[in-house]
Amino acid sequence: MNDKPFPESLIAPGHGACAGCGCILAMRLALEALGKNVIISMATGCMEVVTTPYPETSWRVPWIHVAFENAAAVASGVSAALKSLGKKGVKSVAIAGDGGTADIGLQALSGTVERGDDVLYICYDNEAYENTGIQRSSSTPFGAWTTTTPIGKVKRGEDRPKKNLPAIIAAHGAPYVATASVAYPVDFMNKLKKAAAIEGPTYVHVLAPCTPGWRIDNSKTIEVARLAVLTGFWILYEIENGKLNVTFKPPKRRPVADYLKMQGRFKHLTDAEISKIQKMVDDQCKHFGIE
Amino acid sequence: MKLTAGAVITEPGNAAKNKTGSWRAFRPIIDVEKCTGCGICSMYCPEPAIHKGKPAKVDYDYCKGCGICANECPFHAITMVPEGKR
Amino acid sequence: MKKMLTGNEAAAIAAKLARVKVISAYPITPQTVVVEKLSEFVADGELDAEFMKVESEHSALSACVGAAAAGARTFTATSSQGLVYMAEMLFIASGLRLPIVMANANRALSAPLNIWCDQQDSMAVRDCGWIQLYCENNQEIMDTTIQAFRVAESLSLPVMVCFDGFILSHTAEPVDVPEQKDVDEFLPPFKPQYVLDPEKPVTMGPMGVPEYYEEIKCMQQEAMRAAKEKLVKVDAEFGKKFGRRYKLLERYHSDDADVVLLTMGSLSSSVKEIVDRYRERGEKVGLVKLKSFRPFPVEELIDALGHAKAVAVLEKNISFGSAGALFLDTAASFINVEKPPLMLDFICGLGGRDVEALQIKEAIRAAARAAESGEVRKAVRWLGLREKLVGLRT
Repeated sequence: MNDKPFPESLIAPGHGACAGCGCILAMRLALEALGKNVIISMATGCMEVVTTPYPETSWRVPWIHVAFENAAAVASGVSAALKSLGKKGVKSVAIAGDGGTADIGLQALSGTVERGDDVLYICYDNEAYENTGIQRSSSTPFGAWTTTTPIGKVKRGEDRPKKNLPAIIAAHGAPYVATASVAYPVDFMNKLKKAAAIEGPTYVHVLAPCTPGWRIDNSKTIEVARLAVLTGFWILYEIENGKLNVTFKPPKRRPVADYLKMQGRFKHLTDAEISKIQKMVDDQCKHFGIE
Repeated sequence: MKLTAGAVITEPGNAAKNKTGSWRAFRPIIDVEKCTGCGICSMYCPEPAIHKGKPAKVDYDYCKGCGICANECPFHAITMVPEGKR
Repeated sequence: MKKMLTGNEAAAIAAKLARVKVISAYPITPQTVVVEKLSEFVADGELDAEFMKVESEHSALSACVGAAAAGARTFTATSSQGLVYMAEMLFIASGLRLPIVMANANRALSAPLNIWCDQQDSMAVRDCGWIQLYCENNQEIMDTTIQAFRVAESLSLPVMVCFDGFILSHTAEPVDVPEQKDVDEFLPPFKPQYVLDPEKPVTMGPMGVPEYYEEIKCMQQEAMRAAKEKLVKVDAEFGKKFGRRYKLLERYHSDDADVVLLTMGSLSSSVKEIVDRYRERGEKVGLVKLKSFRPFPVEELIDALGHAKAVAVLEKNISFGSAGALFLDTAASFINVEKPPLMLDFICGLGGRDVEALQIKEAIRAAARAAESGEVRKAVRWLGLREKLVGLRT
């Protein structure tokens, strides 16, 4: 029996994540980047549930789950405790999904950032409340099918654009905000290392596909996450002390249909709807200086 | 087993006793001739269940057979075959 | 050293004496001064602690959970809407077995909005797994808060110190403030049973699957039961060191009384005065002042009330659709006792309504009538209610 195939893997295999889960990959990469001197405060969600069914845990770092909406507040409390006890060299890290960040978790996150607490916040974005069965979140992209934005006779999928979380956090004046994708792991890990080294509130938002939620084959997780970036649907950038730096510009931006057509959650889209999304992506790319 | 107050789990990583390899419907087979040891498969494996190496080595105890490694290998050195077949 | 202190000040100073390391609290009337005072202590360097300017009560308690889990002694304070807003977190804090101490300035619950005293807020969360202690005066607030840290940390259970909003929180009374060195001797530094530390990683707050959840909850209940003994022990030690004892309940001229009133909080003081007047006239009326509501001291109450002919519970809360919470728990305590006293429930003082001497006497009369006739025609009544406005005859 080899229970530590990756001696340095700070998340043990044997967890209950779906085969091909983009989010657990994001977790593994994050811990690889951050190392063992962290305390993780995690929100209720897929990652929390699949890694800690009592009495088992996948975590090889100190880890606490409290509730759905307060990962940031708990992490702030951890950070305050470390400071008050004079404990140095340990980073307080908050991790939550898009639901636990953009919606129910936004207040706590806003408080943490506004106070300037020394917390690295990682949002793993699978663009819906996947853990409870694929209900929409404010991070669900325009046009997507979810169980609460179904395709019906009167309404067809998500009718609101994706909430721009990184912009909201940057507007708070956080010293470092970045976007990432599991298909670009080195970029993701570099951004995490950079964020962790800063004393203060930092935010990294990683797009991580969900195979059942996005209706994709298990094996396509990375391919889809890559296409999101290559089509300009998801842009990799960082905002450091208010200064924007796009860390990857797709050399020849592919049409967004290439990305959408890979996913069952978009299969209902008409050409007109896809054109609409293309325009939204074009506008977004223009803003970021991507051709 | 002894229960802890507040259900605290004191054994880090003890989930490793779950051999999730039993989930597989397909298993990855490495073509040792084609594998260059680039490690891309290992980087993208969610579990993790594949070691970087020349050739890469699959940990069949945990591999869930998602097929990401096969899909991503730039050298097409990994094939997914139905579980139970050689 | 004796100082004139409001209840809020007493709570804040007690937390300071306890050398709390992390304070995370959100302002709400009538608790605001607790938060303000603590931020002053920290700003002046009088208290070496992190004062977190949290953005809501839910985050306040969430941050306390994080801080306590990471090994810091933590303190928070709230009231009313804040308490019920953080209700989700109350259950989590106790489920995670974290020794957080909270001051709660008892205040009525919306709707309609009301900032004045009653005990509906803490009663509304009586199931949350926190030890609940009620204070009669500001000295008791000071002493109970200090004791709370000892109790909480030795049991790994959070403690809620309740005191009446405005009546105590904003009223100055002479309070004997213990010396720092004495408190240091009484209250050693926090040594957590489990702590979030990369040197020894633990997982806290896992998913409690059906195979284990019931057992984990049973352990929590057992800890609450053990709390009774611990409360008495700590209180005795406190008494020895500081000269003041409170116990789980106080018997005030009740041992030979046919009619005994049962109260919690500042109302006890008012009732004591009325009891004195009755005793001056040679009438056997008494009071049992309950301090510990959770854990509910069943044996001690049976012992204190069992001999009475009638017990009149005066309480500032109501469980809608049923009766007052104190009445319900007290009545339940006697359910298997042979020849229990008759019991009457008096809902009073809601939303800051003054409980006047006349009303207390009304309750005593009603209880006396019941004692004499041997029956209770109406168990749940209201005191000080303006019946005409409601169109009721109570």
